[in-house]
Amino acid sequence: MTLAQHELRAMYGFLERNLNLVKRYWGWEVVWIAYSVANSIAVVLVARSANAAAGTEAFDEAAVERLVLFLSVGAVVWHYVSVVFGTVAQMVALERWEGTIEYTFMAPVRRITHLVGTSLFAIVYALVHTAVILAVIVAVFGIDVGRADFGAAAAVMVAGSLSLIGIGMMGAVLPLLYPERGEQMAWVIQAALLLVSGVYALPEHMPEPLRTLADFSPVTYLLAAMRDAVLDGAGVADIWPTAAGLFAAGLGLIPAGVWVFTQGERYAKRSGRLKRSG
Amino acid sequence: MDRVTSEMPSEGAVRSDGVALEVADVVKRFGPALPWLRRRGRSVTAVDHVSFTVRRGEIFGILGPNGSGKSTLIRLLSTLLIPDSGEIRAFGIDVVRQPTRVKRSINRVSVEAAFFKKLSPMENLLFAARVYGLEGRAARAAIRRILDDLGIDGKAVTAPMEEMSRGMQQKVAIARAFLTSPALLLLDEPTTGLDPRAKHDVQAFVRETRRLHDVTVVLTTHDMTEAEQLCDRVAIFDRGRIVALDTPEGLRRAASERVGRPATLEDVFLSLTGRRLEDEEEVVEG
Repeated sequence: MTLAQHELRAMYGFLERNLNLVKRYWGWEVVWIAYSVANSIAVVLVARSANAAAGTEAFDEAAVERLVLFLSVGAVVWHYVSVVFGTVAQMVALERWEGTIEYTFMAPVRRITHLVGTSLFAIVYALVHTAVILAVIVAVFGIDVGRADFGAAAAVMVAGSLSLIGIGMMGAVLPLLYPERGEQMAWVIQAALLLVSGVYALPEHMPEPLRTLADFSPVTYLLAAMRDAVLDGAGVADIWPTAAGLFAAGLGLIPAGVWVFTQGERYAKRSGRLKRSG
Repeated sequence: MDRVTSEMPSEGAVRSDGVALEVADVVKRFGPALPWLRRRGRSVTAVDHVSFTVRRGEIFGILGPNGSGKSTLIRLLSTLLIPDSGEIRAFGIDVVRQPTRVKRSINRVSVEAAFFKKLSPMENLLFAARVYGLEGRAARAAIRRILDDLGIDGKAVTAPMEEMSRGMQQKVAIARAFLTSPALLLLDEPTTGLDPRAKHDVQAFVRETRRLHDVTVVLTTHDMTEAEQLCDRVAIFDRGRIVALDTPEGLRRAASERVGRPATLEDVFLSLTGRRLEDEEEVVEG
């Protein structure tokens, strides 16, 4: 057996195990999907009541529909982003909670294989979740996506996923280093991404410190390009500079994430933090 | 009786012929991350200048109370901890410098059967098989065979682990370890908390495995009967140090001379440390 075969089998092992966990925890999955759908619908309903809430008739029907689409893209993309980031960032916390962390970390697997296997699952899982939410939103609001260029949207989503995985790997080191509080710290990173990346508002209308932070978030560019593709029908030719930038950022952030994680693992092995209980 | 210092290999030596494990002057302390707090003495020495070797095919026991540093030593051997100083080699390979190579030849069973409790034995073991590079179909067949040998078959193979008794879960843990055909098996109190029947089954399986396979076993325990029945040699571990190392018979003989009557392993521990095995509390890591 070659090294590549060994690592591919191990990578598939992480994907398969996590899919088995989804299957076994199906009750929680139903609850999580229902919560996510309700959350997304609640956000998009803001657009429907824009005139009433503002006490004006300033938004005509076309403007309201555009706002519905704007918020829908925000809700759907944010769900994808949060699931990918959260799944990767919480992988250590999950193992610690289940009590399997020591066995997983003493398996003869390169850490990059472990991280990439978990990331592949995160993408598959996030795509399924996001597809369900998208389908419900389209059905509930009767959204017209006739102008959307889904090829461009998919391209930018794939490119943006790489950066998310890299940041998620860096976030995953927190539960490794801080058994008691690390999981919460990773959630703070996720919340910060939500706040600064223009999920439900355009970054140029944010207060100055947030606007500056938005410039450093890959999610800002992912969302902007997605909205260009879905709302305005921008094609691959239009969004490729953004997609290429996200791709390049991902190519930098993934090795950086692996490096940060392996340094954290080494410290955890020196300090005795690589164990099942906190 | 061998005193462990006599077993310490010369610095930088690589011994692989007939030697499965070499532990040379290993130290592991836990304490605050900040150096000035460590200097103020707020650290615990869990493993204190420990040295020993284990021969291929041997069942090597580490006998000591809770908190004596046995589990820390097993974590060091498992590559889950990095020693502050000293050297550990498994089959001549340095566990710190080449952990992935070492990991391929070792596996471990700990006091807690650590599994994804919602997953079945088959799902848990299939994951273990895949991360050790085993092919899916062969792994499934091997899992069924090993579980069957341990008396786990039928619906239990595919039912969630949480529905199994602790003894059965521990058997699945043993199956996980043997699935990867380890050359060095680390058993960290594998029978603690099990009922007598499950304990007997686990001990019988360890004996049988040693008889049938070329496996070296390091077994930590605070059960003197278990140490006596299973182990070829036993190291008495106290407060992070090995205070004696010999065959169970050799340890008892030396203790008998000291106490002036036929001695048990409990007498051995008492005569060497002045305390009983159940006296100590758990060392807190991290």
